[in-house]
Order: sequence, then structure tokens, then C-alpha cells
Amino acid sequence: MAAASAVLQSEWTKIRTVSSTVWTLASALVVTVAMSAALSALLNATFDDLSELERATFDPTFVSFSGMVLGQLAMVVFGVLVVGTEYSSGMIRTSLAAVPQRAAFLFSKIAVAGALALLVGMVTSFLSFFLGQALLGEHRTTLGADNVLRAVVGAGLYMTLIALFSMGVATMLRSSMLSLGILVPFFFLISQILSAVPKAKEVARYFPDQAGSKIMQVVPEALGSEKAPYGPWGGLGIMLVWVAAALAGGYLVLKRRDA
Amino acid sequence: MIELEGLTKRFGAKTAVDHLSFTVRPGVVTGFLGPNGAGKSTTMRMMLDLDNPTSGTVRIDGRHYRELQEPLKYIGALLDAKAMHGGRSAYNNLLCLAQSNRIPERRVGEVLDLVGLTAVAKKKSKGFSLGMGQRLGIASALLGDPEILMFDEPVNGLDPEGIHWIRNLMKRLAAEGRTIFVSSHLMSEMALTADHLIVIGQGKLLADTSMADFIQRNSRSYVRLRSPQQERLRDLLHANGFVAVEAGGGTLEVDGATTEKLGELAAAHQIVLHELSAQRASLEEAFMQMTAGAVEYHAHGTDIHGGGDGPAGPRWGETFEGV
Repeated sequence: MAAASAVLQSEWTKIRTVSSTVWTLASALVVTVAMSAALSALLNATFDDLSELERATFDPTFVSFSGMVLGQLAMVVFGVLVVGTEYSSGMIRTSLAAVPQRAAFLFSKIAVAGALALLVGMVTSFLSFFLGQALLGEHRTTLGADNVLRAVVGAGLYMTLIALFSMGVATMLRSSMLSLGILVPFFFLISQILSAVPKAKEVARYFPDQAGSKIMQVVPEALGSEKAPYGPWGGLGIMLVWVAAALAGGYLVLKRRDA
Repeated sequence: MIELEGLTKRFGAKTAVDHLSFTVRPGVVTGFLGPNGAGKSTTMRMMLDLDNPTSGTVRIDGRHYRELQEPLKYIGALLDAKAMHGGRSAYNNLLCLAQSNRIPERRVGEVLDLVGLTAVAKKKSKGFSLGMGQRLGIASALLGDPEILMFDEPVNGLDPEGIHWIRNLMKRLAAEGRTIFVSSHLMSEMALTADHLIVIGQGKLLADTSMADFIQRNSRSYVRLRSPQQERLRDLLHANGFVAVEAGGGTLEVDGATTEKLGELAAAHQIVLHELSAQRASLEEAFMQMTAGAVEYHAHGTDIHGGGDGPAGPRWGETFEGV
């Protein structure tokens, strides 16, 4: 078996030598921070127009992550491309000839890409939080307040898990286009729409993004959202199960199918 | 040494590789020959453990590919020229492969130099021509300085200069005592480079022989005759038990006879000959004859002979003597 450190080093070289890594991760950071800042400023300006319920459950932490709805899509693209370009370029055959142990190959790749996503996710969430609070004026909270640090760290974890989930799906589907064609509409449209439809939302709350994003809320039922049958860590746990399932599925496909 | 034992690959109902057993011996160039669709690439992918065999095994120096520690140091392969990430430079494409097998980074520069790509090392590989892509693929195969090298149709689509370069490279590598396994669908290409020959058709082993033996056994020799008195000559040959086939341009071809015997026979009956020559069918023809029944994709056109045990359409290798 090829030495694990050697394969990790190889995967790091792969990821740092393609331009898509930089632009997807930069987009994830910029889009999330910018959109969160804009919405924080907007809510600060229009706070008095909010309904009484929304004012009572106002969650400044959660508000400062509101750009993640869009920013996570860049994380999806990052995760998909990390795996998908191996297939679209034909590099996968060269890669597997060099590292024939499928588990070593896949999990080294995922470890490297996951670590990078975690770093960018954490930077994004802290930046987003501090900038958002600065713009929320008198409605702001602080990192030292109850559960706020958990939510900020959780937001970074959420972005990482979104990237990992996308890597698992792309490994299963073995195609960037197909994976993006499914994941982007799913996270951006389907999950959002279903979460607003009665009955359907009972199911939608178990989707990876819906469950995982609970970790970013400090106030339960923030901004008048509905009560979920799980807490913040429970929600992240549900998301973790999705990620584990996607990665396990990806590994099985890689192991069984011809490259 | 690579050993294949009963290697079989089925895609649904179609058997692409059918109980293939042979050994690729060290120190020689082994040609892997077969018409398009014969299963050459599938076999090579199974040798590298990229495709899972339906049954059978491949062993490299006695071990499965997946058990190899840093496989690029044992076996280097060129499967298809474009199996690299186009957005990455040639240098970085090779670097990540080198790192995965703990090959020192200076080796990347060495192999780029060896294949003549030093000048474009920092360029993204998606801008490469087919020939440059092929060179990059060969550089990746040579990266680990392996004892065994595998090339799948290395001259496909190359210009004459590129073909010449690859031929010389393979000869040089074999002269260094390496095991070379190279596939082709062109017999003429093999005749120039291979010492040993493995021929497959429709996934089945058709021949496993030295090049010299193959030439000896498979090339058909015949005598070509041309005469202004063609009708008389033909009758005479038939009367003496020879089968003369009209071969166009007023010539007759006779199998299994010597020029001496036919010349004397014509002289005895005072037939004027304008041509009397011993001919040898080319290796290409011998190969086509061998794989005639096992060709996957027939051109449907002039069915001259019909019948035969192969599928409908003209049988390869027979058309040349008919027209």
C-alpha cells in the first residue's frame, strides 16, 4: 500500500495546481460574507417593520449567516469539481494506476479537500459573523454570549460538510455536470421550496442542509421559523449521517465499478 | 513478467475478453495485436486493475496490481494520451503522480527532458496537440523508471516524426533490458518493433509466438505469372494440378509451387512468359487472414467470396487475392 503521507501530498499538489480551487473557495467566502453583510444591514434598517414574533425571536447570529444560502453553492461546486474533474479529464485512470488502493486514493483526496474546506469555512463564518454584527447596530450580539461561539463554529462545520457531501455525490455519479445538475437545484431550490410547503416540510427538515443549518441558530425557532424535532447538534448529526452515506456510497462505486 | 490466467471480461451479454492466458516475458518487446474492438484496451485496463475482470487473474512479478507498493516503480503505462487534467501544467500533472509514489521531484524534469517537453513544462496540458499529449503520457509511464512498460496504441494519430520517435524509444527501452508490452492494430508497426507477438481476435488468443515464427508460419508464398497466352497457360497449369487464380492486370497467382517448376513447364509447352516471380504475402495480409473470422467491425461492401465461418461481409485478408 502506498504510504498515506505520499498520497496526501500528491492530492494536495493536485488541489493547489488547478485554478477552480481558488475561484470556488474564494466565491464561497466572498458571496457568503457579502450577502450576509448586506442582509444584516438591511434588517438593521428595517427592524421596526418586522412582525412581533420575528422581533421576539430575532437571532443576530443567524442573520449574519444568511448569505450562506448562496455561498454554500460555491462550496458544492468546489466539492464536485475536486472529484468530478478526475472523471471528466480521464485523469482517474492515471491516478488509480498510481494509487490502486481505492480507499487510500479516495479518502486522501477527501481529507485534503475537506481540510481546505474547513479552513475556508471557518474563516468565512467568523468574518461573516463579525461583519454582520458590526452592521446590525444595536441589535448585535457578541461571541461571548450564550451559544454564539457554537453557532459560529457550527457555520464553518456546515460549509465543510456541504463540500464533503458534494464530494461523495460526485464520486457516486462520476460526473461533474450530472452532480452539479442535481446538487445545485436541490440546495438552492428544491430544499428551500419544500421547507415552505406544509406536509413536505416534515420531510424537508431532514434534508442535509435543513438539518445542518440548525447549528447556526442561537435562538430556537429563530425569526419565527418552525420548531424542529432535533436540537442544533442533533441537526448537525443528521447532516453528518448524510455525508457519511454519500462518502460510503462513493467509495463502493469507486471500488466496484470499472474506472 | 506479467502473467494472465483465464482473464475474462463480460459486458452484459458481450464477452470482450475471453479466457485469455499468456505471459509477457522480460527483456523483449511483446506486441499485442488485434483488430479494432478485439479487447486489447480492456485487457490492458484489467492488467492495471482499472477494470475488474469477470474471472481470471493478472499477476505482475507474482503479485496482483493492487498489492504493489508504489506501482509506478514496477510498471508504467500509457493508456490514452489525454488521461491528464487539462487545467494543470505538464509539470504539475507529473509532479502529483511522482509524489504519490515517492518518486523524487527531480525525476519530473528528467522525464520531461527525455520526451522533449521541457519547453512547455509549465503550460496547461489542455493546449497540447495529440503528439504532445502522447509524449506527456509516455513521460508519466517512465516516471518511476519501471522495469515493465505498457503502451496502448502509442503511434495512433501521430505524424511520421512522432511515430519514428516512439519506435526508437521502445527499441532503446528494450535494449536496456526492460519488458515492453505494446498494443497495435497494425501488423506492419509490430513487425518493426516487436520480438514476440500475441494476437487476439474477439477477445480470444489467436497466436502467442515469436515474431520470426509468425512470419515463417503465416506469410503465404506464391508464384506470379504473366503471359500473353494467358488462357493456354491457365489450362496447362490446371492440367498439371496447379490452382491458378487470376489476380488482375493479366497476372495469375499459383500457391505451393516453385518458379523453377512453373518456368520449365511453360518452356516445355512453348508458352511465352512476361513475368515469373516468387511472391510473399505481406505480414499485414497474414494478420488479416488470421483474424478474418474474428473481426468485430466489418466493412459492408463488395462481398466477393461470401460464405466462410465469419460473419457476413468480405472476410479480411481474402479480398486482396480476389479482384
